[in-house]
Amino acid sequence: MDLAFTKEEQAFREEVRQFFRDNVPPDTRRKLVEGRHLSKDEMVTWWRILNKKGWGVSHWPKEYGGTGWTPVQHYIFNEELQAHPAPQPLAFGVSMVGPVIYTFGNEAQKKYYLPRIANVDDWWCQGFSEPGSGSDLASLKTKAERRGDKWIINGQKTWTTLAQHADMIFCLCRTDPSAKKQMGISFIVFSMKSKGVTVRPIQTIDGGREVNEVFFDDVEVPIENLIGEENKGWDYAKFLLGNERTGIARVGVSKERIRRIKDLASKVESAGKPIIQDSAFREKLAACEIELKALELTQLRVVADEGKHGKGKPNPASSVLKIKGSEIQQTTTELLMEVIGPFAAPYDVHGDDGSNEAMDWTAQIAPSYFNNRKVSIYGGSNEIQRNIIAKAVLGL
Amino acid sequence: MDFDLSEEQRLLKESIDGLLTDSYDFEQRKKYMAEKGGWSKTVWLKLAEQGLLGLPFSEADGGFGGGGVETMIVMEALGKALVLEPYLATVVIGGGFLRHAGTDAQKAAHVPSIIDGSKTLAFAQLEKNSRYDLFDVTTTAKKKGDGYVIDGEKFVVLNGENADTLIVTARTKGDRRDKSGIGVFLVPANAKGVAKKSYPTQDGLHAADITFTGVEVGPDAVLGNPEASLALIERVVDEARVALCAEAVGLMDESLKTTVEYIKTRKQFGVPIGSFQSLQHRASDMFVATEQARSMSMFATMANDFEDARERSNAIAAAKVQIGKSAKFVGQQSIQLHGGIGMTMEAKIGHYFKRLTMIENTFGDTDYHQRRVADAGGLI
Repeated sequence: MDLAFTKEEQAFREEVRQFFRDNVPPDTRRKLVEGRHLSKDEMVTWWRILNKKGWGVSHWPKEYGGTGWTPVQHYIFNEELQAHPAPQPLAFGVSMVGPVIYTFGNEAQKKYYLPRIANVDDWWCQGFSEPGSGSDLASLKTKAERRGDKWIINGQKTWTTLAQHADMIFCLCRTDPSAKKQMGISFIVFSMKSKGVTVRPIQTIDGGREVNEVFFDDVEVPIENLIGEENKGWDYAKFLLGNERTGIARVGVSKERIRRIKDLASKVESAGKPIIQDSAFREKLAACEIELKALELTQLRVVADEGKHGKGKPNPASSVLKIKGSEIQQTTTELLMEVIGPFAAPYDVHGDDGSNEAMDWTAQIAPSYFNNRKVSIYGGSNEIQRNIIAKAVLGL
Repeated sequence: MDFDLSEEQRLLKESIDGLLTDSYDFEQRKKYMAEKGGWSKTVWLKLAEQGLLGLPFSEADGGFGGGGVETMIVMEALGKALVLEPYLATVVIGGGFLRHAGTDAQKAAHVPSIIDGSKTLAFAQLEKNSRYDLFDVTTTAKKKGDGYVIDGEKFVVLNGENADTLIVTARTKGDRRDKSGIGVFLVPANAKGVAKKSYPTQDGLHAADITFTGVEVGPDAVLGNPEASLALIERVVDEARVALCAEAVGLMDESLKTTVEYIKTRKQFGVPIGSFQSLQHRASDMFVATEQARSMSMFATMANDFEDARERSNAIAAAKVQIGKSAKFVGQQSIQLHGGIGMTMEAKIGHYFKRLTMIENTFGDTDYHQRRVADAGGLI
């Protein structure tokens, strides 16, 4: 048992850190630090810088452009990325549809899509949730009917993150209505520019436009856009959701936010002195830091385990990551709210891409607090996570 | 970075788990508790036979040169079986003082009898008003000739009833809360002027309040610098905290396991109560709390080797906070999920809860250590 990183790992961390220092556009970094939204251009610009370096799809197999890093290196890369901070790679392409395509897709699909995902030539979005299918995803109703050499798609998806930017969608569609609900679903990809696709924004409580409703009205999709086998889509969806075990904890994000809390709390005064000198506040902050340290260690246990024994059998501790990671992210935004106090009130009217900079960045604190309520809901709500622990780990 | 046990460490774990499976089930434990002094000499000698009492001592001192991870393995196992024998007081704390500050002569006089199981130790530190501050010492040690005379009162000395040798903190200089002027002394339990009031503790261990009245000791009783031993005390108590964290993880593991087994078998409304989602979620939260505690126990074990004393203490304080919170949650919910049966002396779960609760109040509770971490500027 040894907590220390090897010399090589430390050198790798330095290399990554230096690359971020030299290459993340300063304005992009500033906006992230201030909790502002980035424009599509700002994100894509950065992802292409990353891809040019060969780090755009770092965890993919080497033959498809991955780096061949160890799990510990991936961990270090992610931590530095989040801590700098720099925008995370677009999960929908890089972490979700990409691995499905290189694992279950045919050669033509791999050849066409994978390089485009890596370079963000296509912006991908995820067509999973529906108004009537949230936690019970397998009850989804959007259907794809085979007509000649086309799929005809009808239905509605919701909570589609950044669909307003998207060129492509990967979509779970019911292809066999007579089968048991998990069995009749297929994984189909298609262009968001197709005729019959309508995107309607949903404004979230923070005022931002991150998510959308997407309607499909007789959308025609070429038959070869099916990934893998027909009616096996549920298996691919499970694969996709289980693929990202450790990134979900977002330890680096919370660490960065704690640094920001400390910075702000040493400037904002309460009772005539910086609020960081208030013992009640400081102890609350310490409590959060301790939880985060425990989570970081839990994550390292999972990472080290994967490094040594492969990804096959997940460490039971990995189910802790989503629950604790989301709770801690929420706590950090609560603490920021507490620091800013009455100055949380001013509201910054968002532009179309949410990147309005008319107001001081402190106006982003309340929206960030409101927005972060989502992290215990998405990706399998924390209640679903508890069901998973109860069944898969405790055998209840 | 590696969280796996080495081959030797795995063997150590198997051997102690095996020993305790054979000789330490809940019924056997009741018998040991009824023995004179409240624990089993036979079990203690078995631990000695397996080399566990000599684990942390250097090979030169007759031990096995085990490090923090080895102690963690043993303490987790002792927690899991709810062991009564004074491993913490004798090997971790007593042994810690001897390892860190003992002269060759002091080690020769005490270590072999610890290793072979013939003698046990106790740490007389807590005072009426000192609470968790290790520097808050009113017991005095006044120079007399080339030795000292010790006067004062110590409380809740674990294994104080049975120990052959007491390790006593006492002030050689300065005022009650001065950080300098504190010494550590090895005092034979049968020395003239030592008076004990012994009692069982809530968690089934035994402790004593001990009064020292004009107790005379020679120069060979002094451990380390008699006027500046706070750093030594902090070092050893930090090791005790790390050991308690590991013990608590063992206790939580067993509490969770026992509780999950119970809710799988206990039926109400015609079904196992573990099929109810509210209970499943509670059990899942207990699992989360236990894993977070395990992570911090590992962190504390590794932090014990940090060179920087401040960094070490801060990390161990953080671990004790996490352990305290997790232990309270897992302990309380274990009782809740057992329902009425959890309230009885007869069921083992309540005894785990009680030990977990007492660990929280030993060498600093959650609030105490959280304040320390806050005052140190946090961890990030």
